[in-house]
Amino acid sequence: MGSKEENGALGKNLTSIQQDIDDEEMDTKVKKYLRGERANLEILQDKKLKGQLAVREELYGKSAKAAAKIEKWLMPSEGGYLEAEGIEKTWRIKQESIAQEVDILSSRNQYDIVLPDFGPYCLDFTSSGRYMAIAGRKGHLGILDMKNMALIKEFQVRETVRDVVFLHNELFFAAAQKKYPYIYNRDGTELHCLKEHGAVLKLQFLKNHFLLATINKFGQLRYQDVTTGEMVGNFRTGHGRSDVMQVNPFNGVVAVGHSRGTVSMWKPTTAAPLVKMLCHQGPVTALAFHSNGHIMATAGMERKIKLWDLRKFEVLQTLPGHAKTLDFSQKGLLAGGTGSFIQIWGDLSGSQSYGRYMSHSIAKGYQIGQVVFRPYEDVLGIGHSKGWSSILIPGSGEPNFDTWVANPFETSKQRREKEVRSLLDKLPPETIMLDPTKIGAVRPTRKKEKPTKQEREAEMEVAVAAAKDVPMKKKTKGRNKPGKRAKKKQEAVENAKRPFFGQVVKEELSKKKRKRISEENELPKSLQRFTRKKATA
Amino acid sequence: MKVKVISRSADEFTRERSQDLQRVFRNFDPNLRSQEKAVEYVRALNAAKLDKIFARPFIGAMDGHIDAVSCMAKNPNHLKGIFSGSMDGDIRLWDLATRRTVRQFSGHQGAVRGLTASTDGHVLVSCGTDCTVRLWRVPVATIMESNDSSDMSADPLAVYVWKNAFWAVDHQWDGNLFATAGAQVDIWDHNRSQPVNSFEWGKDTVVSVRFNPGEPNLLATSASDRSITIYDLRMSSPARKLITRTKTNSISWNPMEPMNFTAANEDCNCYSYDARKLNEAKCVHQDHVSAVMDIDFSPTGREFVTGSYDRTVRIFQYNGGHSREIYHTKRMQRVFCVKFSCDASYVISGSDDTNLRLWKAKASEQLGVLLPRERKKHEYLEAVKNRYKHLPEVKRIVRHRHLPKPIYKAASLRRIMAGAEKRKEDRRRAHSAPGSRPKEAFRKKRILQEVE
Repeated sequence: MGSKEENGALGKNLTSIQQDIDDEEMDTKVKKYLRGERANLEILQDKKLKGQLAVREELYGKSAKAAAKIEKWLMPSEGGYLEAEGIEKTWRIKQESIAQEVDILSSRNQYDIVLPDFGPYCLDFTSSGRYMAIAGRKGHLGILDMKNMALIKEFQVRETVRDVVFLHNELFFAAAQKKYPYIYNRDGTELHCLKEHGAVLKLQFLKNHFLLATINKFGQLRYQDVTTGEMVGNFRTGHGRSDVMQVNPFNGVVAVGHSRGTVSMWKPTTAAPLVKMLCHQGPVTALAFHSNGHIMATAGMERKIKLWDLRKFEVLQTLPGHAKTLDFSQKGLLAGGTGSFIQIWGDLSGSQSYGRYMSHSIAKGYQIGQVVFRPYEDVLGIGHSKGWSSILIPGSGEPNFDTWVANPFETSKQRREKEVRSLLDKLPPETIMLDPTKIGAVRPTRKKEKPTKQEREAEMEVAVAAAKDVPMKKKTKGRNKPGKRAKKKQEAVENAKRPFFGQVVKEELSKKKRKRISEENELPKSLQRFTRKKATA
Repeated sequence: MKVKVISRSADEFTRERSQDLQRVFRNFDPNLRSQEKAVEYVRALNAAKLDKIFARPFIGAMDGHIDAVSCMAKNPNHLKGIFSGSMDGDIRLWDLATRRTVRQFSGHQGAVRGLTASTDGHVLVSCGTDCTVRLWRVPVATIMESNDSSDMSADPLAVYVWKNAFWAVDHQWDGNLFATAGAQVDIWDHNRSQPVNSFEWGKDTVVSVRFNPGEPNLLATSASDRSITIYDLRMSSPARKLITRTKTNSISWNPMEPMNFTAANEDCNCYSYDARKLNEAKCVHQDHVSAVMDIDFSPTGREFVTGSYDRTVRIFQYNGGHSREIYHTKRMQRVFCVKFSCDASYVISGSDDTNLRLWKAKASEQLGVLLPRERKKHEYLEAVKNRYKHLPEVKRIVRHRHLPKPIYKAASLRRIMAGAEKRKEDRRRAHSAPGSRPKEAFRKKRILQEVE
């Protein structure tokens, strides 16, 4: 009887513990969907507004909770993972042993395509991860359907191809060729030759803005709107030739890595960079952005890979090693490739410290040109000097796709619909900014710049009183005479007053100067020599 | 080693047969959608522009009267019907769906000044300058549908002749009484040829009367001595009186908050009052540039429509200082009467040019049955627009209304005059002893006196 009761109590305890854990899990999930903290309504004076905002906040809370519940119960697939048992280390696990464990469908994603004649290859995936574009340096262009492992189209342009990028869907792609970039459609028909861009080294496409960003041999950064053909921006980076360019998916800012070790960030509406940061001692060789937009990874020639916090522009972590190319996966794994070796780092503890996760070597002598994670799949695509390869990286891709954002199983009808929708939602170039959450927010009130005259005087009085209050030391040898003491005190007061007088004088001077300058500007040049005379008179 | 990778078989994520619907999967992770706010802003902007494109508020004019339309009445029991009376003594029943006259009630010798229908919708009461009150039987809705039975005219149930011309009439809610306004306020019963009760406070003509929808024995009147008076039928004398600087042309009670009413004033403004606290207006609704002639609340109680002598119809929020919407056409003349339809989605105006006009209450609303997807889309766009309504570009597009030139000019002139007056007042205050010229709220300024 007693034991039964005990069992019941224990069971109850267990369920309550279970519930606590669930609650915690839900809380973190809800936090993700809340998109920032609640507004502080206490400071509001307007009761009507306060009421309206309280209702709004409650709605936000409810929708976040609903989304968290959906995430918990309704998501069809679970993410991949790789866990070591015993003395195993995840980074020692070979692709072959992974292939033995996973299902046939996934093991089909491990392959090497050897095309030694057209090498080094660069790759690009569509946002749904369904299609891949390949470009061989020697002019081999192609599009592949990764779901059916089918080649849709391949052709030879018979000149150097430096980069390839998909436009908004798989129907169009741009290739940076010897002299100009070109836009092709899926059938390999050349649609446009973008002569203005010149010999482009690196291409990027901003999906929300329909902008094609290019950087050419002379370090010129150009933005072209692919819907209207309008050249939105044309800037000289002023740091020489660079083929390290990456778009921050979070805010659409383009970052360019330069040979002097700086990284500059650009938006299409200003000619000066938004940010210039010195990241490395030597040239920057690779650049990648985390999908949440807060982490940037840079690799330098001096054998360092640095992770930057883009909210504070500070180094989070420095990892040793070269990287010719870097890429972040959707779930935040970082892949770096150099020579014929690939290293994957992961934020395994969840505390923004990246550690070794996996590694992989391709055949000796192959030079890795580019590593790209395939979206919504646990797959890493590798473009190298002798073709391209694909390996499995468990836990890299987002397991659940959203049909309305990027659908790997998209039908042509859905694709057409989506094209229209995304064109309707096309963002103007002005919306590219460092903090895109600022849109619609209120600018904080400016601090008062200068103290008023009264405030200054009050401050001075306080300072004088403090100077007077300082107790005098007892001095000897005639220095303790009342006269000397009074003089000393006077001196202390004068010293306390001095900084305040200085301010006033400086201000007045600057006012006068300003006036004179404005007067000079008003007058025609020939009359300006008379201004001084007039001022004295 | 434990390993799992994402593996999707096409069967699970695509439909089985071509007749099936496509499968939809959602993932609301914020990381998947970059620049959400910018996208929402662009959508809000587009929604505002689309609203402007689809703003076609005018549905049609109802032509038939041969003199100015002076008054209208809704049938509380029948959505499609509306009664209108004109200055030549003609009363018509209109079918709003087909915009045709269903029945004519002829008999008045002079102008019809007041029309009202009983709450059950069976009796129509009209009164006019020929000193008569006439009661009519309202045709049954089914007869209205098949109006081919040529007999378009009807005879009155009763004709009550009285001593003075009438200016307005209103029927009690859920009761058997109605009140007429003229030289005094008379309370009538359907079956009695003489008023059962009469109220008088001052010698001036009463121009409008309106029963309270919540408390059937309460009514508010306005008179040409610039007063608004509240009567209680249970008492022998009027309850309260408010004297303002200018005349109130019409009054409407808020059907959802029956202690509040809004008065359409001669000074181009409407004033919302709490009937329990008449010493100041709750809200002043400005925008008209000439006298406001008539006012009617939406059955939702959230907005009301006004018709003005400046040839426009405006729609206000019940607590908004400025109008949400302005309707005008080249052919519409001075508006004498306006009504909100009983489903809150249409507005009817009657004007000097002998026409009744039918407008949509929301200018860009899509008429007809909406598919659920359409409705959801509309709701989403509305929400997004509401969220970004404070941003300058969205605000500019949403606020912009094209105005006829005379009204635009009159409005700017009024603005200048108001500014000048304010400046003058400010200067006077600055040059007089502190506290000797206290600032007076606009809500109180136009009120002269409150009498109990």
